Amino acid sequence: MTDLSTFSTSREALLRRREEPVGHDPHAPREAVPGSGHGASGPASKRVIVGYGFWIFLLSDIVMFSCFFAAYAVLQGATAGGPSARDIVDLPRVGVETGALLLSSFTCGLSFAATNVRNKLWTQAFLAITALLGLIFVGLELQEFIELAMAGATPQRSAFLTAFYTLVGCHGLHVSVGGLWLATMMAQLQVKGFRPEIVHRLICFNLFWHALDIVWVGVFSIVYLMGATA
Amino acid sequence: MFGRLDWSAIPITQPIPMITSVVIILVILGALGLVTAKGWWPYLWREWITSVDHKRIGVMYVLLGVVMLIRGFADAIMMRTQQAMAIGGAQGYLEPEHYNQIFSAHGTIMIFFAAMPLVIGYMNFLVPLQLGVRDVAFPTLNSVSFWLTASGALLVNISLFVGEFARTGWLPYPPLSEGTYSPGVGVDYYLWAVQISGIGTLMTGINFVTTVLKMRCPGMSYLRMPMFTWTALASSLLIVAVFPILTATLAMLTLDRYFGFHFFTNEAGGNPMMFMNLIWAWGHPEVYILVLPAFGIFSEIFSTFSGKPLFGYRSMVAATLFICIVAMMTWLHHFFTMGAGAAVNTAFGISTSVIAVGTGVKIYNWIFTMYGGRVRMSVPMLWSMGFIFTFVIGGMTGVLLAVPPADFLTHNSMFLVAHFHNVIVGGVVFALFAGLEFWFPKAFGFRLNEGWGKAAFWFAFIGFWVTFTPLYILGMQGMTRRLQHVNIVEWAPMLQLSLVGVVILIAGAACQVIQLVVSILQRDKLRDTTGDPWDGRSLEWATPSPAPFFNFAVMPNVEGEEAYWGIKQRATEEQQLAPEPNYAPIEMPVNSAVGVYTAFFASVGGFALIWHIWWLAGLALVAAFIGFVVFAWRDVHEFEVPAEEVARIDRARRAARAAVLAQLAQAKGTAS
Repeated sequence: MTDLSTFSTSREALLRRREEPVGHDPHAPREAVPGSGHGASGPASKRVIVGYGFWIFLLSDIVMFSCFFAAYAVLQGATAGGPSARDIVDLPRVGVETGALLLSSFTCGLSFAATNVRNKLWTQAFLAITALLGLIFVGLELQEFIELAMAGATPQRSAFLTAFYTLVGCHGLHVSVGGLWLATMMAQLQVKGFRPEIVHRLICFNLFWHALDIVWVGVFSIVYLMGATA
Repeated sequence: MFGRLDWSAIPITQPIPMITSVVIILVILGALGLVTAKGWWPYLWREWITSVDHKRIGVMYVLLGVVMLIRGFADAIMMRTQQAMAIGGAQGYLEPEHYNQIFSAHGTIMIFFAAMPLVIGYMNFLVPLQLGVRDVAFPTLNSVSFWLTASGALLVNISLFVGEFARTGWLPYPPLSEGTYSPGVGVDYYLWAVQISGIGTLMTGINFVTTVLKMRCPGMSYLRMPMFTWTALASSLLIVAVFPILTATLAMLTLDRYFGFHFFTNEAGGNPMMFMNLIWAWGHPEVYILVLPAFGIFSEIFSTFSGKPLFGYRSMVAATLFICIVAMMTWLHHFFTMGAGAAVNTAFGISTSVIAVGTGVKIYNWIFTMYGGRVRMSVPMLWSMGFIFTFVIGGMTGVLLAVPPADFLTHNSMFLVAHFHNVIVGGVVFALFAGLEFWFPKAFGFRLNEGWGKAAFWFAFIGFWVTFTPLYILGMQGMTRRLQHVNIVEWAPMLQLSLVGVVILIAGAACQVIQLVVSILQRDKLRDTTGDPWDGRSLEWATPSPAPFFNFAVMPNVEGEEAYWGIKQRATEEQQLAPEPNYAPIEMPVNSAVGVYTAFFASVGGFALIWHIWWLAGLALVAAFIGFVVFAWRDVHEFEVPAEEVARIDRARRAARAAVLAQLAQAKGTAS
């Protein structure tokens, strides 16, 4: 019998895992763990259910993005005599945008590392940095849209611009809504602390934020990089 | 102040919508008055409106679906009457603008607000019971889903009274549906109603995928799940995969209409055919979202009423998943005439024909389930056998349409109309009526009257064929769909015959209503005291009728396929029930008003957007966000049912079962 109390920090982690088994563990026993929802072991734990359901939502959200990507692919050449992708791409700005967003994913991950050890101060600090970086991203995107519109490249100008604004804007809208969620989560965490449901929501928020990064990699590659070289 | 809304939006000059609206409003006011006078509000609020119980939500879905089914049927009656009247010199009684709204509303209502709520209602009611668990994965989200669907249905029906509905068909094809050609609010009603209810459906899909994959009682491995649950899973997977496409497509059309974007316009490089592709990439799988759970219902009924396990259970699972996947590869057959070229049309023609193979497997499985069984010809079984006959013919006309050269001749003809009614009525609607008969006792504690049920079936079955056989013939003769006026007088006899069929269908619908009334009056005679009125095989029959709100006092432990059949067999063999379990307190989710709150502001916001009342739309959005935060702030998520309460309810169930067992033993004793 190992006395767990000698490893105080790891003991906590072990207990937490026993209560809420989650994720892939190569050293885990082969048979189904109760609460994991695998196989015939009975209903999964709340944490697994919430995370799993949110994954399914993210998949559906990615399907929705795929429609806007498809529309962009179809309408890309339909410039109606107006500007093409090459004319409107401003790579330095979009480079900064991308940097800000990717960095925000990293800080978001750090915030969850802090959540895992139940450190409220660092969780909040990294969430705040994440929000700030997200704000920079949205701000730059808005600046891009306004500048383009001032130059006459409005979404009403051509089908290409319609698809461009909608695809990029849909992602921007997701980031903005994510920011609103993030602010709400920070307030909740401050007031209520690390209650199980708050931690579950933080897991979901993390998944959301990283998924937006993945979508942005697609937008950046297909709209901006391919557009600049077209 | 009120955007485009003013008094001219009320169609005072048109008697038909006016009278209908007034009658509907009076009925609603009467119902509200009755509820107020009787003091039923607290009960309704506590037990139904804010309930997060999957069974209650399921019943509300079914109720919504049935009401909308009647509304859609009224539209159908008007269309068939108009076509039977407006032949040659006669003009009928419906103006073209009005007629176009009616066929658009008929399709929209039947698919989105009748068939979908009914199918989802059955999924809600049954899936947790069949899986041996106490609720779905996200009970409150489930309530939100329902209320959003109801909100969409409300918006569609408001269009009858305020403004107009779309005249573009149930799928608003551009460029006709663009602002240039449809400047009125009709298409906007369509867009927001379907968008709001579509989001509800998407959340239902997410909820049920999670429920089936992550919340099964101990021992309920995938290949022990009842067939209905399998089809509910396949249907939910399709919802998750394709409803986002609907959301995106409608959003694009909305942007076109509201902000002058150019996704589907004729000018500035817009591409109308992209709409057809996108909408059918959702629309074709949608057909299978509806029909797969219908197949599940029939599977349960065939095996129960044949007294045999489902024949080829595993092949049934495989066929379901096969259909689930191939459903997403056939959408282009809805517009072979687009001219995508021989290779593309051939590929989609083949995929469309191939999907019939999966269905064929199922048909044979059902037939072999009956073979060698002791078949009881109760009402659910009648519907099921009527389904096999009807659906096979509908399927075969479908395979005919799947051949591109043949499709070029029948595209948009009455033949097509007859075909899809043949599969949707024969497949989905028959299943829903069969299921209503089958699971009604589980929901309400008493069976439905058998005689009126049989009458309803025969009227519906014969009425269906008398209505639609003439339409097949007319289609072959070249009659196109959606005609407000028919020039060719030779078509008159067939159109009038079709109207006779509608009259028979009306008789069938009347029988259904009478059946319900008679059954309520005779409820003491029809009471189901055992909880297992049909000698069922899956876990929902292990609960009393109606099932307690926590479903199972102790989570069942499943040891094989047909979980409840096994339990029942053992009890009969050993002549006693399993020993009484140790009852423990149960945690159940608390009621929540968030669903009805969200739906209220979704309705207000949708209405505001339809009429361009921007401040109100903004207000609704802010209110929705506040509601979201308040909901997220709540501290109590669950309440505890004490062990004594659980024990009391479960002991009553056990007593009823023990009585049945004693009766069986006695019958056996006298027989031997």
